[in-house]
Amino acid sequence: MSAEPVYKKVFGRPESLKEAATHYCPGCGHSIAHRLVAECLDELGLREKTIGVPPVGCAVLAYNYFNFDMIEAPHGRALAVATGIKRVQPDKFVLSYQGDGDLAAIGTAETIHAANRGEMISAIFINNAIYGMTGGQMAPTTLLGQNATTAPGGRDPELHGWPIDISRMLALCDGVVYVERCTLSSIKQIRKAKKAIKKSFQCQLDRLGFSLVELLSPCPTNWKLSTQDSWDWVSEEMVKVYPVGVIKDTTGYEDKK
Amino acid sequence: MITRTTFAGFGGQGVLVMGYVMSHGALLKGLNVTYFPSYGAEMRGGTANCTVTLSDAKIASPVASQPDTLVAMNGPSLEKFENRVVENGLVVLNASLIEEDLSRKDVTLLTVPTAELAREVGSDRAANMIMIGALSAKTGLLSQEETIKGMRAALKGKDKFFELNEKAIQRGFTFVNNGK
Amino acid sequence: MNEKVLMRGSDIIGEASVRAGCRFYAGYPITPQNELPEYLSARMVEVGGTFIQGESEIASINMLIGASAVGSRVMTSSSSPGIALKQEGISYMAGLELPGVIVNMMRGGPGLGNISPSAADYFQSTRGGGNGDYRTPVLAPAGCQELIEMTFLAFDLADNYRNPVMILGDGLMGQVMEPVVFPDFLDLNKLPQKDWALTGCVDREARAIFSMYLGEKGELCQHNLELQEKYDRITAQEQRWETIMTDDADLIVVAYGTAARIAESAIEEVRGQGLAAGLFRPITLWPFPTAPLRELAQKGRKIAVFELCLGQMVEDVILSVGERVEISFHGVPGGVIPTPAEVAEFLNSVAKGDGKVGRRIEV
Repeated sequence: MSAEPVYKKVFGRPESLKEAATHYCPGCGHSIAHRLVAECLDELGLREKTIGVPPVGCAVLAYNYFNFDMIEAPHGRALAVATGIKRVQPDKFVLSYQGDGDLAAIGTAETIHAANRGEMISAIFINNAIYGMTGGQMAPTTLLGQNATTAPGGRDPELHGWPIDISRMLALCDGVVYVERCTLSSIKQIRKAKKAIKKSFQCQLDRLGFSLVELLSPCPTNWKLSTQDSWDWVSEEMVKVYPVGVIKDTTGYEDKK
Repeated sequence: MITRTTFAGFGGQGVLVMGYVMSHGALLKGLNVTYFPSYGAEMRGGTANCTVTLSDAKIASPVASQPDTLVAMNGPSLEKFENRVVENGLVVLNASLIEEDLSRKDVTLLTVPTAELAREVGSDRAANMIMIGALSAKTGLLSQEETIKGMRAALKGKDKFFELNEKAIQRGFTFVNNGK
Repeated sequence: MNEKVLMRGSDIIGEASVRAGCRFYAGYPITPQNELPEYLSARMVEVGGTFIQGESEIASINMLIGASAVGSRVMTSSSSPGIALKQEGISYMAGLELPGVIVNMMRGGPGLGNISPSAADYFQSTRGGGNGDYRTPVLAPAGCQELIEMTFLAFDLADNYRNPVMILGDGLMGQVMEPVVFPDFLDLNKLPQKDWALTGCVDREARAIFSMYLGEKGELCQHNLELQEKYDRITAQEQRWETIMTDDADLIVVAYGTAARIAESAIEEVRGQGLAAGLFRPITLWPFPTAPLRELAQKGRKIAVFELCLGQMVEDVILSVGERVEISFHGVPGGVIPTPAEVAEFLNSVAKGDGKVGRRIEV
């Protein structure tokens, strides 16, 4: 037997991701968010007991990329669907993965009430301040002055209302134990985001209540910016309206430094 | 045999309960029963009525073209339902509340001073039980025993009212049988 | 044999549902069907199931989607305007091929209408307001004992065909009390296995349940054709109807649900006056029992359609019998319940052909 070189695997595809190329645009935050979710599920050994609910929006096809059971929900209804799953199968790990239109516009009622009931669900909220899949229309989270195909000349509060901060709204609900906002715009922030996602998952495993992680995510295509400019725009502009950090935490967990 | 009875009054008079009692009594006796209550948007103070159909054969319509019997607990109910009663039918009036005269001359009339009789047995609130007793006695559809059994089944779990209700049903029977 | 009990229609559906194995209910209050969720709010807890008062009809039907996807027998209920809101979810259930039972206790419309018994939602139920090429079996019971049978049947059809099934009643049926006998509880372990359900991907590939087919090779077309094959099987196998006194009838009355019961009393009445009328009562509104009605529609017979609305099922009657026989229609809208005597007038009018009550349908 000839001596085989010994390799140590230092990086690879998480088991919770299928071997498939995504349809996401270059520079889009979804691919990063998918990977973070998958890594957290792998690390907690949850893949085989996970049932996920993707949104209607750019991530509607997430079941082609995530390697665990999933069911498509109608637009905005992911957390109602997730509620049905979790109540019938309380031992399964249930997560929703939703965009801003899904979670904070058409699905606002489902979002707030699932959270307020304290459903034992983890919600991943991708906020890119625009409707991506339909081609750049105004989102509930679109910033003032930000261009959108349905807000020509930029969002004007008199015409379009103000950007909504649904994470802060959810923090008011007693059923919610943990809400944190992170960005997907720098390595450091991405690491923080992973930590937040893992903590949210732990909340569900410990049956503490509802938790949500908001990820400010770049959409170079619809923002009509380069990838680098998109990352900068998240870090410089979006965070002014949506400041990053823990919004609510009643978990009692002591974060390891 | 098929017979239809409409009970009517205002909410709070126990109109629907009278229908329950009759329905349960008939069920225990082995008859077919259909109980159809009216329902309104208001929770209190509105009008209430129900129709109970009893038969030893299959009952088709839960809705009566012309009830054989009308039990009217207040004036507006009499006014509303009087003309629907079948010719040669029966109208039973709550004389404690209804001062109007019956305009129909082709029906049998029974007037029952429910409040006075109820007070006699212990409480004004048993007026509807006086009425159901008097009705059973008049129509012969249910015996006194069957009416009481129906009451116990209809008010299952509310045992504390049984004694008073039984007295009231008995009083309704003696009122009809003795004429006072 | 279980005891005969006197119960209200809404409560009967609730009790029948848990005996038929339903362990998940979500709904939003609306008159006239509130007694059903009220009953189940306590009963579901007793049988170890889940009851949720959703924040809306939309949320409730979507909770069903989740609970059904993981294998539970599921039910929601509402009344006309609430069913309008559930139509999105019903379309998704059809597309996702998820079983579930939807109870519709119809009230007057359009809009808020009123809370009185009505049958103005035949179109809503049998045609559906949801999008896409889909069908929903619709069961129309006419009495309390039949509510039990139809509730059991609804869950079986839903599971057998992996499709939403509707039980269509009206406000009157929810309120009426009649003596009924319940069958025993079904053994949950003996219900059909759902090898498609989401259970977590242990020792198998990850599974996805979805209704979107974006592929360019005709994937959605193929999905639609497969659904249609299923709807064709339902049409062939699941038609149900009842006939009463039709053998010697010159006049066939077509009515369903509460209207059929009023019509039956009217038929008894006109038979006493010498008019040989009989009742054809569709029990499945979709699939509509077309062939048996067509068989009854022989030359010389007349058809009288009676509905608690201004004419919806009559279109299926026309589709079934076409120009074979003369069709007349009488309907009362707005939650007004006509008496058997009024319907008898219609039947006599049709027999005489005097046009005094109802209208002749020109095909």
